[in-house]
Amino acid sequence: MPSLKELSHKKELLSRGHRLCPGCGAPIIVRQVLLAADKPVIVACPTGCLEVGTTIYPYTAWKMPWIHCAFENAAATLSGVETAYRALKKQGKIKDDIRFIAFGGDGGTYDIGLQSLSGALERGHRMLYVCYDNEAYMNTGIQRSSASPLGAHTTTTPPGKAIPAGKTESRKNLTEIVAAHNIPYVAQASPGYHMDLMKKVQKALSVDGPSFINVFSPCPRGWRYPAEKTIEIAKLAVLTGFWPLYEVENGKYRITYKPRKKRPLREFLEAQGRFKHLLAEENKPIVERMEKEIESREKELMIRAGEGEK
Amino acid sequence: MATIEAMTGDEVAAEAMRQINPDVVAAYPITPQTEVVQNFSQSVANGRVKTEMIRVESEHSAMSACVGASAAGVRAMTATCANGLALMWEIVYIAASYRLPIVMAVANRALSGPINIHCDHSDSMGARDSGWIQLYSENCQEVYDNLIQAVKIAEDKSVLLPVMVCFDGFIISHATERVEILDDEKVKNFIGEFKPQYPLLDLNNPVTYGPLDLFDYYFEHKRQQVEAMENAISVIEKVGKEYEKISGRKYELVEKYNLEASDMVIIAAGSTAGTIKATIDELKEKGINVGLLKIRTFRPFPHVQIRDALKDKLCVAVMDRSASFGARGGPIFLEIRSTLYEEKKKPVVVNYIYGLGGRETTVEHIKKVVDNLSKIKKTGKVDRLIDYLGVRE
Repeated sequence: MPSLKELSHKKELLSRGHRLCPGCGAPIIVRQVLLAADKPVIVACPTGCLEVGTTIYPYTAWKMPWIHCAFENAAATLSGVETAYRALKKQGKIKDDIRFIAFGGDGGTYDIGLQSLSGALERGHRMLYVCYDNEAYMNTGIQRSSASPLGAHTTTTPPGKAIPAGKTESRKNLTEIVAAHNIPYVAQASPGYHMDLMKKVQKALSVDGPSFINVFSPCPRGWRYPAEKTIEIAKLAVLTGFWPLYEVENGKYRITYKPRKKRPLREFLEAQGRFKHLLAEENKPIVERMEKEIESREKELMIRAGEGEK
Repeated sequence: MATIEAMTGDEVAAEAMRQINPDVVAAYPITPQTEVVQNFSQSVANGRVKTEMIRVESEHSAMSACVGASAAGVRAMTATCANGLALMWEIVYIAASYRLPIVMAVANRALSGPINIHCDHSDSMGARDSGWIQLYSENCQEVYDNLIQAVKIAEDKSVLLPVMVCFDGFIISHATERVEILDDEKVKNFIGEFKPQYPLLDLNNPVTYGPLDLFDYYFEHKRQQVEAMENAISVIEKVGKEYEKISGRKYELVEKYNLEASDMVIIAAGSTAGTIKATIDELKEKGINVGLLKIRTFRPFPHVQIRDALKDKLCVAVMDRSASFGARGGPIFLEIRSTLYEEKKKPVVVNYIYGLGGRETTVEHIKKVVDNLSKIKKTGKVDRLIDYLGVRE
């Protein structure tokens, strides 16, 4: 893994001047991922903030081959590109050693694109799928997704007199759903821990098969916090146990970062407007449920990583 | 040397695909197209093609993978019908707008609901505004010939549009017929090597496929698609002539059968054109003359050729194997009537909706149509502008 100094000299493939919001987690993640790649890369994106914000015709922020097809099919589209590459490679018509990466939001990955993703994983295409998980449909204006956490205030789960909690359901654990496909490499990462994320990208790109990294992607607009706090929140999610950093390499679980001292969940909630209503007394049971869920997931993860007791 | 085989429509479609030898095929099985996918899979398994096959989890992913592969810069094909085509609908439009020359075999089947596995044209007619070229086949031989020509039409630089080769589900897909198969080498030379213009896999010239295209450019891009479709008219004619040279079989935008001999005409697409030909032959012996104008190309719609073919005709019956709910007649009928609008002297044109959900259409049904045309010719009166053939009312 090159040092930060060395990386700062590497050519960036996502140019400046795109139209994503200040403080958006997605381009930070994209840059970290692409910096970690040693081989030429072709990228696919589903419809979403990243696609809309980087490719307004006749402009493009991508200094590399890039394709967007529709909202629910980035994995299927990229599987076509990867298969075409394999076909030409077999015919001796292409010399380059190319890697394939999809960047999808949680909408295009957890929800509408899940079938396409599952199909591509099962078929074993050599591609890395990176989910930039900002925990709601941000492109259409902050509506809930199955990645939205319990209690989140989204525009389709607003807290009100009848439902003071905001979102009443717990989120889907996509990382585990992907891991259940028994692909060579699965991980969770956060842009707040860039070396951890980049190492994971290098591992993912080195496996001969599908890989998946679920990356926590703070959204200042949707989560209601000041734009300069993105990395802080990306760290806080890990430090509070809300977003554990781990990997599953050929079925073997490993927790890749353990906070020396765990911070209370409250700090993470207080930092974001989307959880403001949870601080009210009536929503105490929701916060307790969140804490319990974090605790049980942590235990489960420890057991899988061979560090905990059954 | 061509070889003579006995094959079903599905088998011959798979055989054409084997000879086209695409780099990528992404497909999902659906009745009555399934045997296309199965037979082609066997060709892959036997190492008879260089194709990398993607056995996708849905038709939506089939078309998405074809878009990815074609944009990457290779020849990509698929096959589907009915609900499968409906599921890939969104991506069917995207494939055309990205100007990707994908070729797709469509074994026409009625769209649900209620669910029905048999033939009608509701599936491909529903996709008539998607930007795909549509060729309709009368029999197994035409399925084969159209598929091979489709590759060349789609990839022509003045066109660059995807092509659907339609053939009637079960009636053609599952009927065994005599077909002439060209030599592999002949097909290979005819279609030539695929030369993509902006391949995604070209690292030295990175391209962005599928950007956000707003009010300042979208309209121009759609206008270009309209122009490409207009260009396709002469390309389909040109490719037909070239194909005639290697096959001895003539292909035009429309086919005329006994047309010159009569002022009464039936217009149809698909296998029913064969039933109409048989009826024409039978009636001829009895001294009744009627002509057929077969629509081989529905998109682009060859309105000039059709207008000329219908010049001096007195009455026309248009056969539509799909209903356009709430419209004044079926899709082919509407096109024909629109084509004739500017003509000072135009024939009476009536519409028959027939064969929905695989309802059988026989020579007897066609005779009824001819009877009605004769009546219209004699009296000049039309009882029913739009009629339903073989339905219980």
